[in-house]
Amino acid sequence: MSKENVHITPVRTYLAVGITLLVLTGVTIGASFIDFGPYNVTIALAIASVKALLVAFFFMHLFWDNKIYLVIFAASLLFFTIFLTFSMFDTTTRGSIYPEKAEPINSQAPIYNK
Amino acid sequence: MSDVSITHDAHVQHHFADAEQQRESAKFGMWLFLLTEVLLFGGLFVAYGVFRAWYPEMFINAHKHLDVILGGINTVVLITSSLTMALSIRSMQINNKKQTIFYLILTLLFALTFLVIKYFEYSHKIELGQLPGKLFTYQGIQGSNPHIFFSIYFAMTGLHGIHVLIGMIVISWILIRTGKNHFSPEYYTPIEMAGLYWHLVDMIWIFLFPLLYLIG
Repeated sequence: MSKENVHITPVRTYLAVGITLLVLTGVTIGASFIDFGPYNVTIALAIASVKALLVAFFFMHLFWDNKIYLVIFAASLLFFTIFLTFSMFDTTTRGSIYPEKAEPINSQAPIYNK
Repeated sequence: MSDVSITHDAHVQHHFADAEQQRESAKFGMWLFLLTEVLLFGGLFVAYGVFRAWYPEMFINAHKHLDVILGGINTVVLITSSLTMALSIRSMQINNKKQTIFYLILTLLFALTFLVIKYFEYSHKIELGQLPGKLFTYQGIQGSNPHIFFSIYFAMTGLHGIHVLIGMIVISWILIRTGKNHFSPEYYTPIEMAGLYWHLVDMIWIFLFPLLYLIG
């Protein structure tokens, strides 16, 4: 049966990953008190991405499993990235295409004119 | 009666060739579901990105009204619960039912702790009127449209909180089935699937925490 194909992760691997995740949580909180200027978001997201990959590869077993699951997961991230990138292109550059000054849409909405 | 059906294990459904194929199919389906979950939260993350690009100053001012200590504790709680969930699956792989139950109960308790802390955070904000959209009545945040930050905050943490709640229901169900001896080292797929879901919920919080609590 399938038993020989199932990888049983050693406890120390799980503990090592868990402790690394907690340390990185500390690092990201610590880093938030230091001002890196425009790199604040980049650093926070980089640490979060490392943490997420640790969870995906070890807790979610992608490291040992059939790589088709990794492909599915990567596909979700790919399409999310496309969604995010083009939305950000649109919203941050729209003002430079149209002659009008970019303004929040919501100032026109009736619910704000109470 | 064919020989095939006789040699089948009791837990293998008749339309699968063997236990391995059944397990791999279940996992494939689960990962497809997780893909839709990533895209569901993805919409909210994009909304976050767009509004933050529009009001960078307001986001920095508004996020100071979130409690970094409570958020940090919740991050630790959720990461630890992911660890205990992974360990509960491992315990079933080595046929230690008692340990599986122990780790599942720990996971449930961590999930409950997370929601209790979230409850205190929410009630504090409701008291101050730091609420989404036109319910927002709080004065004292510099910058335009601070209600948008709290709309995003409640939508993202709210949807995540619902996922934690659903996770608790699923883990309780798994716990009961483990108690009834439904699982063995040959068949523990439902625990594994619950684990995958639980880790995804953890992963989303890993991004929510720095984006909401640790701006600037």
